[in-house]
Amino acid sequence: MTDELPRTDTAASAAGGDPYPAAGQPLLRIEGVAKTFGTFRAVDGVSLDIKAGEFFALLGPSGCGKTTLLRMLAGFEAPDEGRILLGGKDIAQALPHERPVNMMFQNYALFPHLSVRDNIAFGLKRAGMPRVEIATRVAEMVALVKLEGLEKRKPDQLSGGQRQRVALARALARRPQLLLLDEPLAALDKKLRESTQGELMELQRRLGMTFIIVTHDQEEAMTMASRIGVMKAGKLAQVASPRELYEAPRSRWIAEFVGDINLFDGESKLRDGHRLVIGTRDAGALVVAEPREPVGAGKLAVAIRPEKVKLSRRGPVSEAGRETAINRLDGVIADICYLGGTTTFKVKLDTGGMLQASVANSARLDVDAYSLNQHVVAWFTPDDCVVLPS
Amino acid sequence: MSSRRIFARPARFAAIAPYVWMVLFFLVPFAFVLKISLSQTAIAQPPYAPVFDLTAGWDALRGAFAALSADNFKLLVSDDIYVFAYMRSLTVAVTATALLLLIGYPIAYGMARLPKRWQAVAMVLVIVPFWTSFLIRIYAWINILQHDGLLNQILLALHLVSQPVVWLSTDTAMYIGIVYSYLPFMILPLYATLAKMEPALEEAAADLGAPPWQVFWLVIFPLSLPGVGAGVLLCFIPIVGEFVIPDLLAGSNALMIGQTLWLEFFTNKDWPVASAAAIVLLMVLLVPLLLYERLQKRQLEHGR
Repeated sequence: MTDELPRTDTAASAAGGDPYPAAGQPLLRIEGVAKTFGTFRAVDGVSLDIKAGEFFALLGPSGCGKTTLLRMLAGFEAPDEGRILLGGKDIAQALPHERPVNMMFQNYALFPHLSVRDNIAFGLKRAGMPRVEIATRVAEMVALVKLEGLEKRKPDQLSGGQRQRVALARALARRPQLLLLDEPLAALDKKLRESTQGELMELQRRLGMTFIIVTHDQEEAMTMASRIGVMKAGKLAQVASPRELYEAPRSRWIAEFVGDINLFDGESKLRDGHRLVIGTRDAGALVVAEPREPVGAGKLAVAIRPEKVKLSRRGPVSEAGRETAINRLDGVIADICYLGGTTTFKVKLDTGGMLQASVANSARLDVDAYSLNQHVVAWFTPDDCVVLPS
Repeated sequence: MSSRRIFARPARFAAIAPYVWMVLFFLVPFAFVLKISLSQTAIAQPPYAPVFDLTAGWDALRGAFAALSADNFKLLVSDDIYVFAYMRSLTVAVTATALLLLIGYPIAYGMARLPKRWQAVAMVLVIVPFWTSFLIRIYAWINILQHDGLLNQILLALHLVSQPVVWLSTDTAMYIGIVYSYLPFMILPLYATLAKMEPALEEAAADLGAPPWQVFWLVIFPLSLPGVGAGVLLCFIPIVGEFVIPDLLAGSNALMIGQTLWLEFFTNKDWPVASAAAIVLLMVLLVPLLLYERLQKRQLEHGR
């Protein structure tokens, strides 16, 4: 067996060793991978490079192909087209047990007939690791996921959160080059999910391992991942950092899929230096910053995130002199949604459209709060707007 | 309040119903058989003595009890015929059950991995033979296995043999008949446990480095043990007492205990010895039955 997995040195030193490319070096290369089930093209020509040490998230609605892509990385599905290179070696057709890749399953898939210890040791025994080393590694893993004292329990004697930890320890025990996580937190309740997100990130940083997580929860992806690949209908729609994805979505679909957004359809009217004036049907003329990639002359959409919209009773005074410095929209409060940390207002614009504004509740007592049907001025700067092809 | 009273009575009845069933259809007949097994054969109607005659008073009853003896059981142990019959029954049952498990397991596993709608079809195909009388199906096998039967015709046509093979009245024919008849009883419990097993478990095992044979031995098989246990007992217990199949398909040189029972009962008209043989058979079967019950209890405790 030429298996490199039962290494006993720590992950930190392993990062410099040969099976682990150094952090930042390319680890996984997906080249034009496609998979068809019957007539349904689940994954349609995906190409992607992932570097060692990355925490990468595949995000998308259900049926977008993200799980199929992950299963091809694990070896449960063979791609119909394309190559999957792990450390330079094509593993596209390798069987699951031949890959230095481990997966944490959505419902954990713990072996119900084995104890916590035996579940974690399963992969180590398969790799032919000596008994003593297995015991050491299992103890290390148990400590890592804080399951001390539960080693002899069977999975059905554990809580959901504990099962999740066993699944994680089992997947990490072989120190895979690549850890795949299929909706790892979906079965946990909200509070536990949030604390587990933090623990997963911390673990990933400490072990210097490469994680690929599949999730439909954009907040989860944004919180944990250093890079996100958004998938739609089998294709990668955008690969970017969470911030870029949120602030500079590449398409209207991504803008709407990730977070809340106000969208106004319109056409480019005129150019003023680095500013464009776009005439919209629902919000009148809006001044926007010229996008980095030039947009065509045709139909456009102006996108503004709700938290970029400011509300005031009379409008901004300071920069009122410069007409192009600010977009001012008059309207009436149509709906108030108090969410604790923020309040979302829906403003019915005089120009006809509806604008959402999210305002932080920075003071506990707000004697000056807006009320329904109150007249307000909504404003935002040209740089807060994103211009998208319609 | 009133709703509780409505439900209370049927619930209580439902709780005691199994016990009533056990007493009426197991314990009472068992007491009869036990009593007959302790009496002596006689040329009479019924053909054993003494018979309890409740009208004859207390002394007669005591006399009848005093006349009971364990002679029949001693005969069973001392006479080779019975010992051989028990041994043959157990050997046949063990061999046939092993064959059933070997043949039934792959079928059940294949069924459990079919797409959902095909599973229902496969299930019907397994059960379909039950729609024809059991005896007719065994006679059909006689037809297939006889000298100029279908099997020999095929073998001859394929030039696999140069002259017809003797199948009938051999152990091979008997095993064919038993495996054929009991296969559904092996497949169904196996299928039930395999179908509800999460497919992700196999993937997890493979993902952790287990090649296919290890996936089977370390995950699938251990998790299917409840089904294996149920299938093995559902086949083993009735096969030990099997009468029709060995009688019709096997040779007459070695008898199973069911056939011996039949001989004692109907040919020799020795009800007491037949009853004693039945009691011993029951004791032999009680061991696997108790094992089965313990298994079921464990399953219930595990809540699955």
